[in-house]
Amino acid sequence: MSTNKPLTKNIQIGRAPFNFQQYQAAGGYESVTKALSMVPRDIINLVKDSGLGGRGGAGFNTGLKWSFIPEPDGGPRYLVVNGDEMEPGTFKDRLLMEHDPHLLVEGIITASIALQATHAYIFLRGEYKVAEQCLHKAIAEAYEAGMLGKNIQGSNFSLELTLHTSAGRYICGEETALINALEGKRANPRFKPPFPQVSGLWGRPTLVNNVETICNIPGIVKYGIEWYKSLGVNGQAGTRISGVSGRVKNPGCWEMPVGTTFRTLFEEYAGGMQDGYQLRAFLPGGGSTDFLMPEHLDLPMIPSEVAKAGSRLGTSLIMVLDDKTCPVGCVHNLIKFFAHESCGWCTPCRDGLPWAEHILRKLEAGEGSMKDIDILKEMCGYMAPGNTFCALAPGAAEPLQSGLKYFMDEFVEHVNHGCKYHKH
Amino acid sequence: MSNIIASTAPKARQLTPEEIHEIEHEKKHYPYAQAVGLEALKIVQKYQGWVSDESLLAVAEYLDIPPDELEGVATFFNLIYRRPVGKNVILFCDSVACWMLGCDSLKEHITKRLGIDYGQTTEDNLFTLIPVPCLGDCDRAPTMMVGNQHYRNLTPEKIDEIIAEYRAKG
Ligand SMILES: Cc1cc2nc3c(=O)[nH]c(=O)nc-3n(C[C@H](O)[C@H](O)[C@H](O)COP(=O)(O)O)c2cc1C
Ligand code: SF4
Ligand code: FES
Repeated sequence: MSTNKPLTKNIQIGRAPFNFQQYQAAGGYESVTKALSMVPRDIINLVKDSGLGGRGGAGFNTGLKWSFIPEPDGGPRYLVVNGDEMEPGTFKDRLLMEHDPHLLVEGIITASIALQATHAYIFLRGEYKVAEQCLHKAIAEAYEAGMLGKNIQGSNFSLELTLHTSAGRYICGEETALINALEGKRANPRFKPPFPQVSGLWGRPTLVNNVETICNIPGIVKYGIEWYKSLGVNGQAGTRISGVSGRVKNPGCWEMPVGTTFRTLFEEYAGGMQDGYQLRAFLPGGGSTDFLMPEHLDLPMIPSEVAKAGSRLGTSLIMVLDDKTCPVGCVHNLIKFFAHESCGWCTPCRDGLPWAEHILRKLEAGEGSMKDIDILKEMCGYMAPGNTFCALAPGAAEPLQSGLKYFMDEFVEHVNHGCKYHKH
Repeated sequence: MSNIIASTAPKARQLTPEEIHEIEHEKKHYPYAQAVGLEALKIVQKYQGWVSDESLLAVAEYLDIPPDELEGVATFFNLIYRRPVGKNVILFCDSVACWMLGCDSLKEHITKRLGIDYGQTTEDNLFTLIPVPCLGDCDRAPTMMVGNQHYRNLTPEKIDEIIAEYRAKG
């Protein structure tokens, strides 16, 4: 029986996640059986035609990304699941891994059949201790049931799955830095091309996908494209996990049709602002996205629509900035994070971000000048896409440049008087 | 020419059998030993509390990784401690969602209660306070971790209770 909540149908907060038997009894692992009977390239085409876009932030068509992997040559091929979730304001992959780990394991096996991968790794954020335990247990159960290891379900397909836990560094989420980290190297990003699909982990064909992306695969393979397309709204396919943090009545995250508007998320799911607070602006999808304003609430959460408004959908977990919290302080907090997490490889990021942080600190203390504001603006240009080795710095510039655009009067006010906001 | 200057540089210590056992277990999952570097540092830290020069050299030697390369990995990660830490590490989220809900004043509260700032350890060696980026608990901000435990919707009162709980455990 199909479902309209393929990502969270088994999730019930407060009870332990399904074990292998319970998960299987609820229809779990059927996509593995089906995928084993299919031609791998047909699965890739199916995923491509479903319209599934990566949920790690960039939204690139998953099947298209998969299609760049070369034909097998008998050597190892890797699928790496990105569970490094460290984008400020993002808490969706944790929900999936802690509450239905078998869905991720099933997705990994099915995706690996399509990619003809020989070994899959889950790259998990070091702080996610509960997720680590849940995944360990699920993987062990899947091995025991013959879903992992040699000749899965009697087929000639074999797959190893390893859980790798990191130790806290945002840049490891960038897919080529992640590959370096998995190889045991310092996690600086790599030059592209070659792209990981061709030469990734240990120089072998490698696909890196987000946790939620992979959790979409079982449904697509099992129920097909028509079903998947029927789940979305506003011309979109599938569901995704979106959420809200900040001073709203009911913060949290929920599975909803792709294409749902920000307003529905903000008002119907999150209950709107807490009493006594007004919505001033919001970051639509993590700390590395440009601010949007209340007039943007009616936009559907579709990457291209959000881009038209000058921002990015990112992880689609929104953070609301209220009228009693300082926008300059908010930008300062974000820049401090990015400055700390810069890997130090290239100059605009390594030197620019700490400098920007220093200026924002001065502004808050009432020690800034109008010249400082000009320097901040200029820096956003230095950190623009194409000027740095990876996307961390351009991401960091997003809240800064849009903060300057929408809250210039607040920045100027800080030059004259420092920060006047109440410190909670 | 030998023994003119007695070297004071740190030397590799002996890894314990438990450490070796766990490192060997990890090695099975990777085609190259270098890939286990971080895992091995974490294993050592689990047993020793932190990663001393002697431990780092021991791991480098055991996995045949150049020590400076392993040091480059060790110093890269927020959760590898190259200095001794207290029995309980408080990872205090200072990212944006927690900041919007007042984590700055909670941090001041902890500093006042424990007499330590970021990077410091209490005199009784019970707590070390470290800032951490977004813990993925933003819908229940402000948040922190102590050991493997997450604490959410923090208030000054809750923090006092948590501190008392760990003090009672000793
Ligand atoms: C600095 C930085 C951090 C990132 N962190 C993550 C992360 O924690 N999780 C994630 O899935 N993608 C992250 N990404 C995006 C990945 O590079 C990559 O695009 C994604 O994992 C691909 O998966 P997808 O196609 O399924 O979305 C990050 C990118 C950058 C530049
Ligand atoms: S932009 Fe920043 S994080 Fe990315 S490679 Fe350059 S220094 Fe490293
Ligand atoms: S910002 Fe503190 S948990 Fe996300």
